[in-house]
Amino acid sequence: MAIGEHLEPTVGRLDSSICVTIETDGRDEAAPQDPGHWPGDRVGRLQAIRDAGIVGLGGAVFPTAEKLGHEAACDLLILNGAECEPYISCDDMLMRERPMEILRGAIAMMELLGAKRTVVVIERDKPKAVDAISAAADELGDQRIHLTEVPTVYPAGGERQLVELLTGREVPSGLYPIAVGCICQNVGTAYAVDRFIQLGEPLITRIVTVTGRGIKNPQNVEVPIGARVPELIEFCGGYQGDVARLILGGSMMGYPLRTDDLPVTKASNCIVAARSDEVRQTFAEWPCIRCGDCVPVCPARLLPQEIFRASKAHNSEELEALGLSDCIECGCCDVVCPSQIPLTEYFREAKRALALETEHAALADVSQLRHELRSQRLVQRQEETEGLRDRLKSEVSKSDGKEIIEAAVARAKQRRGDNETA
Amino acid sequence: MLFPIIPPPHVAPMSSVPILMRHVLYALVPATLAYVWYFGVGIVINMLIASAAALAGEAVMLRFRGRDVKAGLADGTAIVTAVLLAFAIPPLAPWWLPALGSASAIVLAKHLYGGLGANLFNPAMVGYAILLISFPLEMTRWLPPDAAELGYQQLGPWQQLVYSLTGSLPPGLTIDALTQATPLDLIKDGLNSMRTIGELRVGPLFAGLGGHGWQWISSFTALGGLYLLYRGIIRWHIPVSLLGSLVIMASLFYFMDPSRFSSPGFHLFSGATMMGAFFIATDPVSAATTDRGRLIFGAGIGVLTYAIRTWGGYPDGLAFAVLLMNSTVPLLDRYTRPRIYGRT
Repeated sequence: MAIGEHLEPTVGRLDSSICVTIETDGRDEAAPQDPGHWPGDRVGRLQAIRDAGIVGLGGAVFPTAEKLGHEAACDLLILNGAECEPYISCDDMLMRERPMEILRGAIAMMELLGAKRTVVVIERDKPKAVDAISAAADELGDQRIHLTEVPTVYPAGGERQLVELLTGREVPSGLYPIAVGCICQNVGTAYAVDRFIQLGEPLITRIVTVTGRGIKNPQNVEVPIGARVPELIEFCGGYQGDVARLILGGSMMGYPLRTDDLPVTKASNCIVAARSDEVRQTFAEWPCIRCGDCVPVCPARLLPQEIFRASKAHNSEELEALGLSDCIECGCCDVVCPSQIPLTEYFREAKRALALETEHAALADVSQLRHELRSQRLVQRQEETEGLRDRLKSEVSKSDGKEIIEAAVARAKQRRGDNETA
Repeated sequence: MLFPIIPPPHVAPMSSVPILMRHVLYALVPATLAYVWYFGVGIVINMLIASAAALAGEAVMLRFRGRDVKAGLADGTAIVTAVLLAFAIPPLAPWWLPALGSASAIVLAKHLYGGLGANLFNPAMVGYAILLISFPLEMTRWLPPDAAELGYQQLGPWQQLVYSLTGSLPPGLTIDALTQATPLDLIKDGLNSMRTIGELRVGPLFAGLGGHGWQWISSFTALGGLYLLYRGIIRWHIPVSLLGSLVIMASLFYFMDPSRFSSPGFHLFSGATMMGAFFIATDPVSAATTDRGRLIFGAGIGVLTYAIRTWGGYPDGLAFAVLLMNSTVPLLDRYTRPRIYGRT
């Protein structure tokens, strides 16, 4: 029972942040539910979702209420059941086992958005999930729910790619899918929403894929958020063999962990304990040979080899023109590169450098502004002084100076006289 | 328990430079066999000499540049350059010809421009151009293909090796008696002396589309090229646009005046066309990298090759066409960038 700093994996990095440490009673009982937990109005419902701590469970943990609360028109809710990357199967498992809950949650979200349609996207190699979802959809009989199978091509589960695949619309650079009338939600998020509507249960568990050849019994586990990773690994039979890497997330974008002494968070969709033959060991053996193999695999349609060149040259203008900021860091270019250059890491590095540069530029701007204001003040003061002098000069010349001199002499005499009498 | 921190992606790379180079060499096996069939083992001797010189040049330059010599030699790129150059050198040639050509390819065209990945010009073609301009006589003395069939005396492997190393031929034979011009050469010279294609294309040397032997060498080269396409080592844009533009140019003029211009089939299956389309112009380092850039690059080579063959001073213009188009690559890459997702 404590509140304090604790190492916590957040999106893309490890951070020490404020966490609540709970000593459990081990009874696993639900709190008595409040009958008014699901309000009748939109604002109340959004607030309830926010209070229930529901966030995007695909891995980015974007607050769900924010996404659903958009005022902009949304005609399509995309329910993302396409796993974001290899190894991760928590969404597949959820769709197979709890399709009805997912669809009910989706309908609730669709109504909050005022969307006309919901498309559930499932990869073609997940026939069991397809069967389960279509059976549940038939049972619900809701005409607004559609099911689309997509090819299992990484990174089709990325929301920008999914929007293009389904609607042919491109999400403009720097904007979210709502800009083209779409909202993407993970199936796990829909499940969490339904869980709250039905039971009043806030987001306290999530499904985590525990896998890799370094795990004895790989499986999907429904885990209370905050559970400790070592206990989860233990539950799956523990480690086996030479675990060469522990990854939070999938094999393409997952974050490498130094230690497993961490809690499961809402973002923890997958934990991979990989043996050495499952993961890359070597780096950048050769210079770029300009083969361009990275170009056709880039989902953002960038030219990774040109960005690489510009990042080595620290050419920020060129990096912007080449679309560095549009890189989604999917890692495809890395995997196909025959020179085995860790391109994605170069791009992350370049993004960090650019951000730093912008920050420095902003600081420099402030300093420059301060300097300019000071110079202006100095000039103003100078002008005022000069103005006074000019005025005096002109007065002196107007009167030939006699009157002023006589007046001054008189004033001096007067003063002397005063002194003498005193 | 502590684990190493290595940034994602964690998936192992699917390919490597040495693997690519190995596949290029595999793809050249059919063409090599065809060469040996028609010209004897001369090309293999040239390949070995050129490779040795290339590796020596590579080692020296890597050492000078302070790079890892062992890793640089192991990547296989120098050998590929040497082997490609050997295809452009007459099978019966003195040893210093392939040696000089491949050493200058590696030293001048590759390392002086910054080494692997940084060279503007195709090293093999630079090596070839240097040889052709410096030693026009030695570079144009080709053996007639499959000499026995044509009634010529073919040299055995040992005799070819002796000639390469010492310059001496079996008694009673001279190099001029053994060698002759290629079909492209003969057509060029013949047309210059105001004869027609119909008059020139007689005799066993001109059998078939691209000339006796040459058409089969071209076909086997193309077969290797298809293998590279199938393995995804090259992409279709450059071969298709190069061959396409060459055929269009050749057809246009051929149908205007078949007595003065060779047929599209002859252009496709003679000379260095297939080697150029699949193995030379597709060199990743010196070619354009965008799809549209590659289409323009290939088409440019096709048109220039045709122009040089037809109106230029050399019977085959592919090497010069490649070098000219190499020089346009920075511009092509810059102006053919694809539109980025979500940007206008």
